[in-house]
Amino acid sequence: MMKLLRPAAALAAMLLLGAADPPGVDGARLLAEEPAPTLSAYRLFADPRGRVPAAGVVRYTLNTPLFSDYAEKFRYVWMPTGKVARYTAMGVLEFPVGTTIVKSFAYPADFRAPDKDVRLIETRLLVRRASGWVPLSYVWNADGTDAVLKRAGARLPVQFIDAAGAPLQLDYAVPNTNQCKQCHQQAGAVTPIGPTAGNLNGGLDGQGDNQLTHWASTGKLTGLPAAPPRLARWDDTAAPLADRARAYLEVNCGHCHSPAGFASNSGLYLQHDEPDPAHQGIGKRPVAAGRGSGGLMFAISPGDPDASILLHRMQSIEPGVMMPQFGRTVPHAEGVALVRAYIASLR
Amino acid sequence: MRKPALLLALTLATPGAARTIMVAPGGQAQEALQSALIMAKPGDRVQLAAGRYALVDGLSLDVANVTVAGAGPGKTILDFTGQKGEGEGLLITANAVVVRDLAVENAKGNGIKSKGSDGISFVNLRVEWTGGPKATNGAYGVYPVSSQHVLIDKVVVKGASDAGIYVGQSQQIIVRNSRAEGNVAGIEIENSYFADVHDNVATNNAGGILVFDLPDLPQQGGHSIRLFRNQVIANNHPNFAAPGNIVASVPPGTGVMVMANRDVHVADNDIRDNAGNGVMIVAYQNKFTDANYHPLPRAIVVTGNRYAGNGGKPAFPGGAEIAAAVGGTLPPVMWDGIFGYRAPGGGERAAGGGMQVSDAPLLSLDLKMQGTSPAAAQPRLIPPVKMMPAPLRADIKLPAAQEARARGK
Repeated sequence: MMKLLRPAAALAAMLLLGAADPPGVDGARLLAEEPAPTLSAYRLFADPRGRVPAAGVVRYTLNTPLFSDYAEKFRYVWMPTGKVARYTAMGVLEFPVGTTIVKSFAYPADFRAPDKDVRLIETRLLVRRASGWVPLSYVWNADGTDAVLKRAGARLPVQFIDAAGAPLQLDYAVPNTNQCKQCHQQAGAVTPIGPTAGNLNGGLDGQGDNQLTHWASTGKLTGLPAAPPRLARWDDTAAPLADRARAYLEVNCGHCHSPAGFASNSGLYLQHDEPDPAHQGIGKRPVAAGRGSGGLMFAISPGDPDASILLHRMQSIEPGVMMPQFGRTVPHAEGVALVRAYIASLR
Repeated sequence: MRKPALLLALTLATPGAARTIMVAPGGQAQEALQSALIMAKPGDRVQLAAGRYALVDGLSLDVANVTVAGAGPGKTILDFTGQKGEGEGLLITANAVVVRDLAVENAKGNGIKSKGSDGISFVNLRVEWTGGPKATNGAYGVYPVSSQHVLIDKVVVKGASDAGIYVGQSQQIIVRNSRAEGNVAGIEIENSYFADVHDNVATNNAGGILVFDLPDLPQQGGHSIRLFRNQVIANNHPNFAAPGNIVASVPPGTGVMVMANRDVHVADNDIRDNAGNGVMIVAYQNKFTDANYHPLPRAIVVTGNRYAGNGGKPAFPGGAEIAAAVGGTLPPVMWDGIFGYRAPGGGERAAGGGMQVSDAPLLSLDLKMQGTSPAAAQPRLIPPVKMMPAPLRADIKLPAAQEARARGK
C-alpha cells in the first residue's frame, strides 16, 4: 500500500499514525497476534527498569488488593488516545480495545525501607484485543534491565527482610498462561479482576483525589454516576469489620468462588454482596474439598474461626489444602487475622 | 549437547494439520511438558515418551481437541511426589480432550480434573497414591466436574482419600471397564444427569459405587443413572476420609449407595462380600436451607443383581442390632424408609416414585421423615416386587467422534 502513496502523503500518513497514540507506548505492538518476546518492545515504561510509566500510562491502586506473597504491586492502565472506559456498577469497568493493564510485582530488600533496593520480579499484562483479553507474563532479568515473556511459568527464589525485621525466603511462583486464565475467567472469558468501580473508588494510595473522579475528569472514564459503589479497604480499621472481611474475601477468593468462576461447582460464592448465607459459606458443608476440609464440618462456622474450613485453607501452605490454590506460598497473616475476627463476630 | 526435552517432531505438509508434540522426561520436564500443553493447537497430540516425569507443580491444558498420550499407564508416569503447588496433577479446562495411556502418581490434591469440558475422555489411565490408602492422599483420582459427554474407560484408581473416580455436576456420562480399589469411595456419581456405569470393578474401598446428590450447588437434582454389570466386591476398607466430607459418612462395608437421586437403576451387578449393605438407598439426612433441593431417593430400581456374602458385619450405628432383629445377617438391599421431608420455608413433601426391588427382600428402616435419627429405626422386610419387564432407559451414547478419538492410538 505504501508504495502507492506519494512520498508526501506517506509522510503525512506516518505523522497521523504517530499522532494516533501518545509517544511512547506502542499500541500496535500490544495488539499484534504474536506477543513481543521482551516487555521493552511495548514501550510502556520510560525507563529500562520498568519503574517510570510512559506518557499516558496511568498508575492506579485498589482499595483492597489480592495478596501475593507480600509482593509490592505497581498497577497501571493504558488506553489508546481518544478511547475511554465505560462505567459499570458490576464487575470491571468496560475498557476499550487496545487497553493494557499492567501489574509489576516487586520486593524491596527490606520492607522497613520499602522504596529502597526494589527488585522487580515480573510484570503481567492484560491486553484488550478485539477478540478479548489476553494475559501475558514477563519475568525480569537478574540485572533488572528488561523482562522476558514466560508462558510456562517459573519458580524464582526471593528473599527480603519483612516489615517486622525478620528475614523471609520465598519460592515465588510466576503463573503459567493457563493459571492466568484460571483466575481471570468469568463464564469462560478472560477478564481483569481488580479495576472494578468499587475497588477503584478511593484516592491513589488511599489519599488525594478520588481515582474514578480523576479518570472521569481527564476523559478516561465515561458514565460515572454521582455515587458509585465503594468496596471497603481491607486494612481500614474505621470501616465495619464485615465489610472489610468480605471485601478481602471477594478480592482474594471471589474471582474463582463465584457462580461464573473456576470454583463455581463448589457453591461457595465470596462476592462481598452474595446474599445467601449458605453460599457465603455460613453453615455450608464441604462438597469436593476432600482432605482440604481438614476434618471440619463447615466452610464458616459462625463464631468459631478454628472450626471453619475457609480459615483452615487460608492458613495452609500445603498444595491440595491451601487456598488460593496458587499465587501465594506463605500465609497472609494479616488477612487471616481479619477473616478470623470476622468469623468470630458471626452469630 | 543436552538433548532438548521438547521436540516438534512431525510437521505435515498441510498447514494447520495436526501435529505430534513429543515430550521426554528429564531435568526440564516440568517446563517442557507445560510448554507443550500451552503451545498445542486444536487437533494436536502431545505424546509423552515412556519414563518418570518428576513434577513440582500442577499441569494444565486449555486447548480444545488435544490428545495427551503416554506410552502406557505402566510406562509413562507423571510423578507429583514433589508437587509444591496447585490443587491437581493435571487440570483440563478445554473441550474434546483425550488423556490416555499414562499414570499420575501421588498428586497432592486431585489426580486429573476437568472443569467445564464438553467431550472429555479419560482412557487407559492409572491414578495412584503409591503409599496405599491414607488420609493424606489426594481427594479424587479422576475428577470431571461441570462437564458433559464424559468418558472414563479402562481407568484404574487406587488410594484416593475421597472418591477414586468422581463425576460431579456433569451430564451424559459413561464410566466403563475401570477399576477402583483402596479408595474411600470407589466410583461416585454426584449431582449428575444421565450416567451409565458398567463393567467396572470396585473392590476394597469403604464404599463401592455411590450415587449422591447434595444441596447448594449449581447443578443438583441428580437423575437417570444406571449401574450395570459391575463387580462390587468386598468393599470393607476402613473409611479414611476427612470428617465433614459427605463420603466420610459412608459406612465401611457398603457395596452400592444411592442418596437423594431419582431414576437410578441398579441391575445385573455382582455384589458380594460387602460386610454392610449390598445396596443402601437413603435420604440426605443433614439439615439444609436450599429450597430447590430434593433430599430423597425416588424411582429406584434394583433388579437382576447377584448377591453373596453381604451383610454379615454392618459397621453403621445400630447395624448389628438391626441385623440381629432380622436373623443375624442384613438382607442385601436396605432403604432408610424415608419418604417425606419438610421443604425449607414450605410444607411437607413426599418422595414421588418409590422403590422397586425385585431381586431381594428390601429391608426398610421405616424412618419416614427426613432428619429422623436412625435410632428410631423399625426394621421390616418388604418382599421382592414382581416387576414388569423394566422399562430401562436407553444406553448413553456419546458422540461418535468422541468415541473414535478415544479409540485412536
